[in-house]
Amino acid sequence: MIAMAALQGFDSLMSGDTVVAQNIAFGILAVVMIVAALRMVTTGNVVHAALYLVIVLAGVAGIFILLGAEFVGVTQVLVYIGAIVVLFLFGIMLTRGALGEDEEADTEKRRMAVLVGVLVLVVTGGAVLDSFGDAAVNRAAPSLTAEIGDTIFSQYIVPFEAVSVLLLAALIGAIVVARKD
Amino acid sequence: MSEFLRSWLVLVVFGGLAVAVVGTFLGLGSLLRPQRATEQKVMNYESGVDPQGDRWSQSNIRYYVFALMFVLFDVEVVFIFPWAARLEAYGMFGLVEMAIFIFILALGLFYAWRKRLLRWI
Repeated sequence: MIAMAALQGFDSLMSGDTVVAQNIAFGILAVVMIVAALRMVTTGNVVHAALYLVIVLAGVAGIFILLGAEFVGVTQVLVYIGAIVVLFLFGIMLTRGALGEDEEADTEKRRMAVLVGVLVLVVTGGAVLDSFGDAAVNRAAPSLTAEIGDTIFSQYIVPFEAVSVLLLAALIGAIVVARKD
Repeated sequence: MSEFLRSWLVLVVFGGLAVAVVGTFLGLGSLLRPQRATEQKVMNYESGVDPQGDRWSQSNIRYYVFALMFVLFDVEVVFIFPWAARLEAYGMFGLVEMAIFIFILALGLFYAWRKRLLRWI
């Protein structure tokens, strides 16, 4: 199966200059992401794990841009690296004992973590394969941020305003949950 | 598509050059300077006085609210970008729609302020 995937990759490698560059960039990003992901789950320091997660998420953003989805890529950097990882680091800073090297976290729950990881892989991978199969990605035209703006401000203007209400509800809910008294 | 990727390649080259320039200067500096580390020299810097305790210290849980609010307003910024990319085309209509969007979210900030969560203690 791996050999087949390699052959298909080789086939599209031969079909044009941009595709070659895209494939080389994808290869570099994929290797960096795999190494960072492995280091993330093997490191004993929780803060380092969060910083390795930054590399993995930046790689995802790079792959989005390679596929022509610049808005999703920038959103990935802005929200996931800029906010979610900061939230993780905040959570680590607020927790006693989780800082620095922690051997306890490495042993007990490893079996459960492997089980959850395999389950997530099977479910998400299965869902992607089920809904897209071997459908080709549209390589002809990138989706630009301005086009997304055009769609939001014409077709989806009501959902756009509804999103602000949703975010408001999330904000007030977070405040209510996080408050002590 | 190739035009699009080429414009992003400029960013990659620029970033690579920035890393290379800083790396070269720092590398040259570490080659040239004398390295005689003493215990006093490698000690963590803490405003000139001897550092107290470990590198890590636990923060107050109340600051978590700031991080949560930051995530929410970060998501708001994501919706402002497509509007900003086509600012002239939408004109007054876009301005009013975005004003409503930001006003509704500002209510959340107002709520946090009224609940006295924005005070830095």
